[in-house]
Amino acid sequence: MKPRHRKLALIVLVVAALGVAVALVLNAFNSNLVFFFSPTQVANGEAPTGRAFRIGGLVEAGSVRREADGLTTRFVVTDTARSIPVAYTGILPDLFKEGKGVVAEGRLGTDGLFDATQVLAKHDENYMPPEAASAIEQAQKAQQTIVE
Amino acid sequence: MIPELGHFALIIALLLALTQAILPLYGAQRGNFTLMAVARPAAQGQFVFVAVAFACLAYSFLTNDFSVENVARNSFSQLPEVYRFTATWGSHEGSLLLWVLILGFWSTAVSVFSRRLPEDMAARVIGVMGLISVGFLAFLLTTSNPFERLLPAAIDGNDMNPLLQDWGMIIHPPMLYMGYVGFAVAFAFAIAALLSGKLDVAWARWSRPWTTVAWAFLTLGIVLGSWWAYRELGWGGWWFWDPTENASFMPWIAGTALMHSLAVTEKRGAFKAWTVLLALVTFALSLLGTFLVRSGVLSSVHAFATDPARGAFILGFLAVVIGASLALYAWRAPKMITGGGFTWFSRESLLLANNVILIAALGAVLLGTLYPLFMDAMGLGKISVGPPYFNAVFVPLMAPALFLMGIGPLARWKEASLPDLATRLKWALGVALAAGLLLPLTLDGFNPWASLGFFLAVWIALTVLAAFRDRLRHGQGSAMRKLAGLPRSFWGMQLAHLGIAVGVAGIAVVANYSAERDVRMEVGSHAELAGYTFTFRGAAAHDGPNYRAARGTVEVSRDGKPVATLHPEKRVYNASGMGMTEASVHPNVFRDLYVAMGEPLDGSDGAWTVRLFYKPFINWLWFGALLMVAGGFMAAADKRYRIALRRREVPQHLAAQGA
Repeated sequence: MKPRHRKLALIVLVVAALGVAVALVLNAFNSNLVFFFSPTQVANGEAPTGRAFRIGGLVEAGSVRREADGLTTRFVVTDTARSIPVAYTGILPDLFKEGKGVVAEGRLGTDGLFDATQVLAKHDENYMPPEAASAIEQAQKAQQTIVE
Repeated sequence: MIPELGHFALIIALLLALTQAILPLYGAQRGNFTLMAVARPAAQGQFVFVAVAFACLAYSFLTNDFSVENVARNSFSQLPEVYRFTATWGSHEGSLLLWVLILGFWSTAVSVFSRRLPEDMAARVIGVMGLISVGFLAFLLTTSNPFERLLPAAIDGNDMNPLLQDWGMIIHPPMLYMGYVGFAVAFAFAIAALLSGKLDVAWARWSRPWTTVAWAFLTLGIVLGSWWAYRELGWGGWWFWDPTENASFMPWIAGTALMHSLAVTEKRGAFKAWTVLLALVTFALSLLGTFLVRSGVLSSVHAFATDPARGAFILGFLAVVIGASLALYAWRAPKMITGGGFTWFSRESLLLANNVILIAALGAVLLGTLYPLFMDAMGLGKISVGPPYFNAVFVPLMAPALFLMGIGPLARWKEASLPDLATRLKWALGVALAAGLLLPLTLDGFNPWASLGFFLAVWIALTVLAAFRDRLRHGQGSAMRKLAGLPRSFWGMQLAHLGIAVGVAGIAVVANYSAERDVRMEVGSHAELAGYTFTFRGAAAHDGPNYRAARGTVEVSRDGKPVATLHPEKRVYNASGMGMTEASVHPNVFRDLYVAMGEPLDGSDGAWTVRLFYKPFINWLWFGALLMVAGGFMAAADKRYRIALRRREVPQHLAAQGA
């Protein structure tokens, strides 16, 4: 091979490797995106049933119940307009409280129960998870338009 | 009085930074040595005044001066003294002040260790660092004054975020910033080289030790952050692919690529344009990291919008720095002459592969971090990209990189022989394959990912040995003398690569063989996990200086023999009312036993939910990372960086004598 050809081969090799990497990245990206839905969207049937997604809102006051095993907790997430029952098995984060914002990731069962695999709470008492804040904001906006 | 003094010192520092930026850069362009000579004293003076400002802020924190808004927001009279001091950089304003202080430190370091650099080069490097200082000081003074007064003064403070009250967090931010800001030196060298048009091997040799030291600090900072998250968040995880983590990981990946690309530029004169670009990109990513973490854009793009002055300033600054440096690059880089050629299989081509893979990994992290922000900002819906994406991308990208890492250091520059390397590494490959297949069987069953991890770890470790064997074969004298005579850069590289091997082994085990259980425990009840028996002995009140806590006692035994007694705590901090889980860990070389308290259960006497973890080999990860840090510092201390500089000094002396 002439040096020029060799250089060309090297460039082709690098581009091919990058192409494979990009294909890999985009494929993984596509299959691992987790979408967010507000309780209103879930109630309207916009959320997928076969795929994990996130919900957010407030933990409805008085809705937290612990099952007999001591580990499974049931609570209701609301955006002040609609609400979804959630079940989670495990230890909840420190900042999980009734009346506070929460984001949960999991799947929606056919019975309408959201089976959470993860409950997120951030590191600050006054901090509202942005997803939860936006869900409430949108629900309130929607309600206002109905009233008007 | 003291806070005003600090504010005043910051203003003087800004004026000095302006002097440090403008006069030397102008002087270097004009060949005016008087103006160039301003660079060093201005940089040192600026550092002194920023240090004064920092000391004033620390003083306000230590003396509980709640008439300063920053202190009132982030400190508390009951906070232990050491945390009152670290609260100095716990806030947005304070951490930016720390950023500038560290930039001043690096500028001063350059001014001291650049005596042997050509005068115009030193003036340009220090001048560019002055420009960065100007940007950050102006940001502090206009939008984030740490000395803002609060009238009337608060009676007491809001307390520091309890999660930050940990000694891992005391040293994590300074180390991380030493890394972030350290890349400003490599950036300044690159800009100086572009400005002067003298982009030669000497430039690469000057940049190299600075880049390596910054990289080592950044590695240390990231590891401290990871270690903190592991112990303090109570979830037993050590890396979450959280945007704040990615913000520091992206400059690390780019910095790693830069270190390796600089090696080619220094040794062979090749990859020049690429290396310069990497130096620019690495620092741009450091700025992006600062922007992501400090603008509030991560917690919410709306939070960013609520304080538009701050966000807009950093974003504008980022745009100016990146835009200007890329424009300069586009203008100057095409004129650079590329150095020595190389064949498809050589150390150069292997390092090229390293760079290609690292950049692909960087792109993947960048996409996963910025895309959700972009979607949200455009109002296109909220999405999140979690660990599954990053894991799915990282493992297949890193596996070939780690395999090539074993070959690279053994391949010759310019042209390496594949058959020769194959014969030399046959045994290493065989042993690594066997280890990959057999080692998982000694643990809890076969697992293909653990197998891959073991194979790569053993492969890298053996190739490190092979490199030493190569070096010992040649030359005279005893093995010990030869080992002692090896250059520090060689030792450093091998140590860092060995650190990767140790870390990969740790990750392979901890990611695949960890065990965890959330259990309900009554007083005196047992729980089994990974062959250990955990016995709960109840929880008792145990109050700290600024919190109240329930402190549990958990006895751990194995086969009837006591192993450890752990005391996890559930705290409630007095000022903020915030609850926090303080996990308790019993470490050893092969595993951590980790216990975190959940909640007390109503209706049963003293029962709690408790989370138990068995984390095998987790400490290998930290130890591997520390080896990498040590390797970085050792490589940067290589004699040749000093000797090379001295050699250049000789003609200058002769010239001086002649004149």
